[in-house]
Formats: sequence, C-alpha cells, structure tokens
Amino acid sequence: MVNIKINGIEYSVEEGTTILEACRQNGIRIPTLCWLKDINAIGACRICVVEMSGARSLTAACVYPLSKFDEGKNILTHSPAVLESRKMTLQLLLSNHNMDCLACARSGNCELQALCKELGVDDSSYFEGAKNEFDIDTSSKHMYRDDNKCINCRRCVAACEKYQGIGVIGANERGFKTEISCAFGMDLANTACVSCGQCITACPTGALSEKDDTDKVWEALADPEKVVVVQTAPAVRASLGRLSVIR
Amino acid sequence: MMTVAELDAIKAKLHSQMMLRKGSEAGEDTYRKHVLVCGGTGCTSSGSMGIINKLNEELKKNGIENEVKVIKTGCFGLCALGPIMIVYPEGSFYSMVKEENIPEIVSEHLVKGNVVERLLYSETVTDSGIKSLNETNFYKKQHRVALRNCGVISPENIEEYIALDGYQALAKVLTQMTPEDVIQTILDSGLRGRGGGGFPTGKKWQLARNLVKDADQKYVCCNADEGDPGAFMDRSVLEGDPHVVIEAMAIAGYAIGATQGYIYVRAEYPIAVERLRIAIGQAREYGLLGDNILGTGFKFDLDLRLGAGAFVCGEETALMTSIEGNRGEPRPRPPFPAESGLFQKPTILNNVETYANVPQIILNGADWFASMGTEKSKGTKVFALGGKIHNTGLVEIPMGTTLREVIYEIGGGIPNGKEFKAAQTGGPSGGCIPAEHLDIPIDYDNLISIGSMMGSGGLIVMDENNCMVDIAKFFLEFTVDESCGKCTPCRIGTKRLYEMLEKITSGNATLEDLDKMEKLCYYIKNNSLCGLGQTAPNPVLSTLRYFKDEYLAHVVDKKCPAGVCQDLLTYKIVADKCKGCTACARKCPVGAISGTVKEPHSIDTTKCIKCGACMATCKFGAIVKE
Amino acid sequence: MEEANEFIDRVKNGDVLPMITSCSPGWVRYCEAYFPEFLPNLSSCKSPQQMAGAIIKTYWAKKNNIDPKNIVSVSVMPCTAKKFEIGREDQSAAGVPDVDISITTRELVKMINKAGLRFNDLPDEKFDSPLSEGSGAAVIFGATGGVMEAALRTAVWKLTGEAPDSPVEFNEVRGVEGIKFAEYNVGGTAVKVAVVSGLANAKKLLTQVKNGEVDVQFIEVMACPGGCVNGGGQVIQPAEVRNFVDIRAERAKALYSLDTARAVRKSHESPDIKEVYANFLGEPGSHTAHEVLHTSYKPSSLSK
Repeated sequence: MVNIKINGIEYSVEEGTTILEACRQNGIRIPTLCWLKDINAIGACRICVVEMSGARSLTAACVYPLSKFDEGKNILTHSPAVLESRKMTLQLLLSNHNMDCLACARSGNCELQALCKELGVDDSSYFEGAKNEFDIDTSSKHMYRDDNKCINCRRCVAACEKYQGIGVIGANERGFKTEISCAFGMDLANTACVSCGQCITACPTGALSEKDDTDKVWEALADPEKVVVVQTAPAVRASLGRLSVIR
Repeated sequence: MMTVAELDAIKAKLHSQMMLRKGSEAGEDTYRKHVLVCGGTGCTSSGSMGIINKLNEELKKNGIENEVKVIKTGCFGLCALGPIMIVYPEGSFYSMVKEENIPEIVSEHLVKGNVVERLLYSETVTDSGIKSLNETNFYKKQHRVALRNCGVISPENIEEYIALDGYQALAKVLTQMTPEDVIQTILDSGLRGRGGGGFPTGKKWQLARNLVKDADQKYVCCNADEGDPGAFMDRSVLEGDPHVVIEAMAIAGYAIGATQGYIYVRAEYPIAVERLRIAIGQAREYGLLGDNILGTGFKFDLDLRLGAGAFVCGEETALMTSIEGNRGEPRPRPPFPAESGLFQKPTILNNVETYANVPQIILNGADWFASMGTEKSKGTKVFALGGKIHNTGLVEIPMGTTLREVIYEIGGGIPNGKEFKAAQTGGPSGGCIPAEHLDIPIDYDNLISIGSMMGSGGLIVMDENNCMVDIAKFFLEFTVDESCGKCTPCRIGTKRLYEMLEKITSGNATLEDLDKMEKLCYYIKNNSLCGLGQTAPNPVLSTLRYFKDEYLAHVVDKKCPAGVCQDLLTYKIVADKCKGCTACARKCPVGAISGTVKEPHSIDTTKCIKCGACMATCKFGAIVKE
Repeated sequence: MEEANEFIDRVKNGDVLPMITSCSPGWVRYCEAYFPEFLPNLSSCKSPQQMAGAIIKTYWAKKNNIDPKNIVSVSVMPCTAKKFEIGREDQSAAGVPDVDISITTRELVKMINKAGLRFNDLPDEKFDSPLSEGSGAAVIFGATGGVMEAALRTAVWKLTGEAPDSPVEFNEVRGVEGIKFAEYNVGGTAVKVAVVSGLANAKKLLTQVKNGEVDVQFIEVMACPGGCVNGGGQVIQPAEVRNFVDIRAERAKALYSLDTARAVRKSHESPDIKEVYANFLGEPGSHTAHEVLHTSYKPSSLSK
C-alpha cells in the first residue's frame, strides 16, 4: 500500500494504482480525454494533469502508477494551476479544430464540447493561428473520417489496434501536421478496414462518423410507389433505451 | 577468443609505433613518419579523402611508401581549418591543405625533412620556431578525455585502439572487479549524463542492476542520435574512436547484467555508421564482443539501429520505442527505463560522450576523474563552438571553465571586432546567456540557474548583429518542426508560440501578446509529455529574461535594434553622404530609388523590398537601415 | 436454424471443421483479408440482416403480391459494417439487393427525434408479419455467445431426438470475456465450441487453431468486443461512462432478461420460422434455403 494525500486528505491505495484510479476510488473525478480504459493510456492530451509535490512539471493522472517512491506525496487535483492548464489545453485544441459545431454529427454528444463547458472555456478563439486543412476521407461505404475535427487523442487508433488487431489507421506526419490516417495517406477504402466502426464509438468528437443514410429512408417513406419494410437487430434496443438521447 | 595476455601482446607490439605519435623518435621496426589526416565528416567534406589519395600517390612516386605511413583518423577539433593533416614525430600541423600542396609537402618535408612552414597552421609558426599544437590557444586549455583518441588513432584499426590501452578497462572489470565495484567506481567518479539532463550515470546503472531482481533480459543502449543543431561531438567520437563506445557498453553490460546492447545512431552520420560497423565486426573477430569475452565467461553483443532523423528520438523513451520498430514517440514515465525500458526490460541508455569517459574512469580510478571539474559536475565536457567566433570546432574543457575562457581564449573571440551579445547553449532546449554571465564557471547546475542548460554541448556565439527575438524564433521553428505531435502542449502549443514570435518580429504584437506568450511558455513547460516539449520554450524564456528590451523594441517601437527582422526595417539614404552617383538606383531590382545625378537620392519605402542590394553597392556608406 | 443444420451436416459428413459463424460482417471481411485459409470454415449462411431481407423480397413479396423491385428494405443495425454488407456480391435472392438501406442505431435515434416521436406516449404494438415475434434465441444474438447459444438450443434439440424439454440455457458461452471455451455432451458425442469477440481475440484463437493448439468444432466470432451490443453503430457512450461502466455487460443483461421473458426461446419453435419453412423453404438446408439464405466468400487483397 502507498500512503498519499489527495488535496490534503490522506488515503492509502494499492501500489500500482494510477492517480486517476486512486482519485476515482475516493470519489474524486478528474476529467480525461485521450484515456480509454484497457486500450489507450498514453498521457497525450494532458487534460487529466494534476499537481504532485516533488514533480518538476504537472503529471498526467491517467498514466502515473503510484509506487513506494510516492509515499507521503500530496496531489492537487483541482488547484488553480491545474484548472488553468486544463483550460489552456482545451483552448489549444480549439485553435486547431473545425468549429462548425452546430452542424456536427456529435453536437450535444461531443466530449470536447462537454469538457469546454466543464472547465469554463469562455473564449474559444483565445489562441489564433493557422489551422490544418485536411481532406475528408469519404472513400469507404460505412463512414467518413474528418481530420479537421480530430484532436489526436488516438482512441480510434487504439480501438483498431488493440480491440481488433487490425491497425489500418495511425499517426502520419509529425508535430502540428500530425494526422491520423491510413498508411501513406491512402484512402480507408483501399485498406483492409473491416468497417466494424469501433473507431467511431471511440471518437470523442465528430471526426469519425457513420455515413448518414437517413435521407434515403425519408425519401423511400415519402414515395407512394414504394413499400418500405424495416427489420431491426436485437442489439439495437439495448442501447436505444437511453432516453436522454431520444427526446 | 582472445585472452588478456594476447590483448597485452598486441599493445606491446604496437607500442613503438604509437609512441611515434607522442613525439618519440622512430624505432627500427617502425615507419619513419606517420602522417595523420583527418577523416571526420568536416574534413571529409572539405576534401581530405583526395588528400589521402594524393599523399599515397606522391609517397610512391618518391619511393618512400615503406617509410612513411598515412593514417586516416577522426576529428582533430579545429574544423574551421580543415582539411587538417599532422606529421609525426615532429607534430607539424598543416591546415587547410589543398591537393596541390601535397607534392611539395612530400618532397620537401617527408623526403628532405624541411617543414613547409608556409602551409602550417599560422599560430604554430612563431619567431622562436614552431610551436607544438598543444601550446596553441585552441588546444592549450583543453583537456581531452572523451576525445583522447580522436585524431590520434585510426578508427578502423582495432589494434591501434588496443595499443593505447583499449579494452584494458574491460579486461580489468572482468577479471578484477565485481559489477557492484564497477557501479561504485562510476558513482564515485561523479560522472553525469552528457546528453543533456546530467543524471548521475552510476545511479542509472545501479537502478538498472537492482530495481528488477528477476529480469530475464536487460539492455544497454547508446544514444547516438545527436540532433541538436550545431552539436557534433558524438559524431566525432564515433568517427574517431568507435571502440571506446563498444568497450564502455560492454562494461555497462557487465555492471547491470545485460548481454545485449544497441547503438541507436542517426542515418545522417554515414561515416560514423560505417566505422561503427567495422569496429563491431573487429571486436567480434577479436573476441571482445560475443560469448566468453576474454575467457571470463562474460557474454555481450551489440547491434546498430539507424535513426531516421527525428530529433525526438534522442529522448530516451522515444528512442526505445523506435528501436522496437514503432513510430518514435516518447511514452510517459514512470516506469523509467531502468525498470521497464526497451521491450519492457530493464534498460540503461547513455549517450556517446558519457560512454567515452567510462574506460578512462575504470583505468585511472574515480578519484582521478573527480579531481577534474566543479563540486557537482566532474570531469570534462565537449562543446561544439559555432556562430560568431574565430575558431569554430570541437573543444573539450574541464567543467568549471568559464564561458569567457572558452569564447575569448580557446575560441579566439568574435570576428570583425564585433561585440559579444550572448551565447546559446543546450540547443533548442537551452537558453541564451548574456555578457553579464560570461565569467560563470560552466557546469550543469550553473547553466540551469541562469536559465540555460548543458544539453549535448552546442555553444553558439552571437554578436551585436544578432536579434534575440529572431534567435528564439529560429530555435522554436526547429522544435515546431521536430515535435512528434503526440501531446497537445507541444503539438499545438509550440506552433502557437512560434506564431506569436512571428507576430512580434513582423511588428504586429501588443504588450498583451507578450504576456500571453510568457503564459503559454510556462504552460508548455509544465504540461508537455517529454523533455523536448518541456524545454521547448527555454529559448523564448531566456531571451525574455535577459533581452526584454529587445522584445519591447519590437512590440512598442516596432523596431528591430539588431537590424535583422525584415518587416521592421527601413532603408534610408543619408542626404549628406549621398554623392548622387546613381549606382544604387541602377542596382535596385524594383526601381524604388530615384534622384538626379549628383543630387542626393531617395528610397520609396512603399516599393522597397528590403533586399539590401543598394546598401551593399553604395561606396559612401550613405545608405542605412533602421 | 440454417446454421445449426449446417453444423450438424458438417459433423455428419466429415466436412471442414471447425465451422465458424458468419453473421458478423466485420468478421467476414476480416476473415477474407487476414485469414483467407479459414474461408472454407465459414458458415455459408447469410447474416440475419441478409436472411431477413431475402425472405422479405422473396417469400413475403410473393405472398403479398408485391414486385420486389418496389420494396425498399431497410435494416436498423448496431453495426456500420452492415452498410458495407448490403453491397456484397451474392446477396440478392430476388434478383435485387436483399437489403437496400442499412442504418445504425444512431441514425434511428436521429430519425425518431426528427419525426417528433415521443416513445413513452406511443401505444405498444407488435412487429408486422413475417418475423414479427423473434424467439429468445434471436434476441440473444446481440451479445457475444448468443449466436452460439441459439445454435446450440436447436442443434442439441435435433441431435437428442427433438425432445421438447431439451436444454435452453448454455451459460458457459455467456459473458464478456474475449475468448470462451465450452464442451457439451450431445447425445453421447462431445461438442467442443469456442466463442470470441473482438477481432484481436479472433486472431489469437485462429492462430491457435491453425497451430493445432486448440481443438474445437464450432466457433462463434463477433467482430466487436462483447458482440453487437457494443457494435460500431450503437449509441455512443462517452469515455467518462465507458471507463467506469462495462456497457457490454449492461446491454447484454438487458437482452438475456428479454430472452427469459419470452415464451418461445428456440428458433425452431418460432411460429414465424415454422411458417416460412412450411410454406416456402421446405427443410433447413434445402435447395431453396440455399438459394435464398446462403452466400459465398472470396479472399481480399486490400492493404493490411
């Protein structure tokens, strides 16, 4: 066991527990963005940073395993410095984000949006500067990939690689120009992507989305010549029950 | 397999040969003279391979090819004067040698014994005769430990290395020391990592030995991915003395309990890669790598891994990720490599220069090494001198030497009578040191306390014509380009920081922007995933600290005091000085200058593209930029 | 029905085993691209989406005297690969595509909202015939192990003399673990099965099968971890939820409770299925059944 303090209160947690888990176990919520349990613990987005005594910079809570070397340390999860840093991280992400939020497939269900609200981002254009302009990959039948909305959390990459053992997407280029795309920038349709869509459900923003075929359905329904027959899979009802989604 | 006795026999066999290069007269069994030609990257690109061919040709022509031996060595350090060639036993130092000089040098010097003074490095030629190289300003204050064999031996001949005590340290640890003894010696020596951070090397080894008790495999890695702009000491060691790295890595392997090592060297160093390949091959052939080294049962082998030119791969976790075959990106620590490094096994990573010190420490003892340097920084440090300085090149100085000594004595000062403005150390992670700190003794902690860092040892000198905002922008541009793009602060933050600097140098920034920029700097420092991002704002922060006035001049007065930032410059003709010769008007590519003959001319600033052609043309100094 | 029958046939005739399920189009694509050597093992049965689509445009169209060309067959799926699947070759039983439009659960939500439907105020209603009342076996298809369990319910019934009280629940194949093994004694013969979800797990298992380290006769593969309940077309739960609640297990729980509540829990007992076989298909595995309900596969050479 390791004895630490979180926001001044003493706790004892098992060695190897991450700061994030230790906090969660004790009812303290640290916001996260790139972290996806079991598959993506890379400490890249820096939303979950905390202040830790003795550390020369802020620490990403999702990837820091507490060990005997941390005995007695104090961790501040919501200090002004931490909150300011988290906010600035979001502002930086927004400065290179397609801000067409009102027309986005994920509007209202976007993790970036939710975090901005939580952390009080009141100036979405605090940082000005060049934005990347990427082509939208609409090549495959089931989805599109819009890197202009991508925040490089790499959750999709992890889903493809770790859940599915496929790995047809990954980071290309580097630095500001980093883009999550297929090898050599080829179209998704030309890869052995199996169209499972796990990347879509992993994506926190609207960068990845299924191709919307509902207009075709509306059209068919309105066509007096056509008989529309609908079938549904059993699993649909298991996630549809979330009433907050259906108004 | 080679035994220790056989190792000693090689050393004895070559002894008199090697003594020739220490100034002893030739013995009967040796060549009469050795001509050492620098085969480092610098001299190679200024034509030293042609010199070697020409030399061999001329020696044959004069029939003395069995009396005089030509040896291709590594770097001598004084790169500005290449190609460099030195003749032993007399130690005559020829600089900026041209192929057409060779017949004369051969016939006069090598055949007749008359040194061609005209072609010697001018500083060695004095009224009272010829000075030895070690008495010149450039070499006088240097103390060569890491570079001791560079420019002395042939890097492609393992026996020359052995002749100068090579592999004796390995023999000593394998036959006389326990792994714990080795670690204790390195700890006691006070050796700290020469790659940038300055972490105690012995401590690193100790952790790797002890942290994980039941590891089935451990690794020893060498960081030869030298990427700081202007730094090339690691390249020089690899090109001039590759075996020292191999020997040190084997010692490290023995100390931590590893049997496999990797040298991660950048592919942009073809000569270093080639010599390492040869050296590893020879070491294996001589039984100094492989199974049962020196008959002691110790097993250790090495492989090369080539880096594809990403600066971030110099960061330890990114380097290991790259060796593993993945995109070279850093990963969070802990776990530290000593616990879980390459392929999740306990790993140590040291840089080339650090390793180059190890055999000497083992042979001469920890006390010998600790006697050099300052209280917390022991030994020597190699710096790559560059920028506005006479003697550009590589220098190795004891820790604690002052910046003033390095710049004015070793480096020969600033050319063209200009005034020193700042020295930049630590590359893109470091900072600028102003004149007020010229007398600070150089060591890890002092440099950090004044807002810079040791880094890998780049030392770039700037004079009054350098704009400090522009310098900060230069380094930021490098970081923006080299950021791997994994974490937000570095990926987007450095880009925004660069854009803010651009706003300043283009005259569009406000005082609020300056505050915002400083805030962003601290944010990037505190939030980035790895050292690259955490130190990226240093060039900005240190120039803001020491040269705030210059920033203010750009922001408030919209002027660049050093006259560098194009957007803030205007070219003007001083009417009093202008003779109306029309030369400038004829030279101007955009027709921005008008005036009648013999009357003062004027520049239309709306047309002027600030190319400076007029200023260069004017014979009367009538054109100024401000 | 068809799949259970195919399995029994394969065992009896000594055909290629293990047989591997083919209902997950992501998995089928994966097999074609990454493990083409297992294509002969893949059940030739179309996926449920394509089977239903085929029945609608053949049997149902004929019964109601509608030109299949005038039918727009829409599927609502937890899956994005279904959008790909509707365009596959050999999926047009009536000469027109079995399914015309496949939308995901998320798109259905959009449509419900756009249509202004207030679910809580709607009266309860049954699905239309045919295939109005799914059996419990059909409901559990949505969770990993469900297809296997459904097939076992029918196969065991058939192999043990078609007793009405043949076993219903096969708990060993339930649960969210990535790879599950079970062995059943069916009428004196041991039937060894494996259930995997998540293609990384499929890769692991198939490699073991290939190396002879694992010996099974029947494998269920679902491309998505946890099966369709966690499909790529499902309503997206933010990481905030996913990191702390196992949505796979929660959603599966809902399906298993629906199964328990059903009167009919085995496919072969479903009145709708019985009707379709009696009036149209004949026997499982019949010529017509093959024409309508089965398909074929071929290796793919796309970049991996």
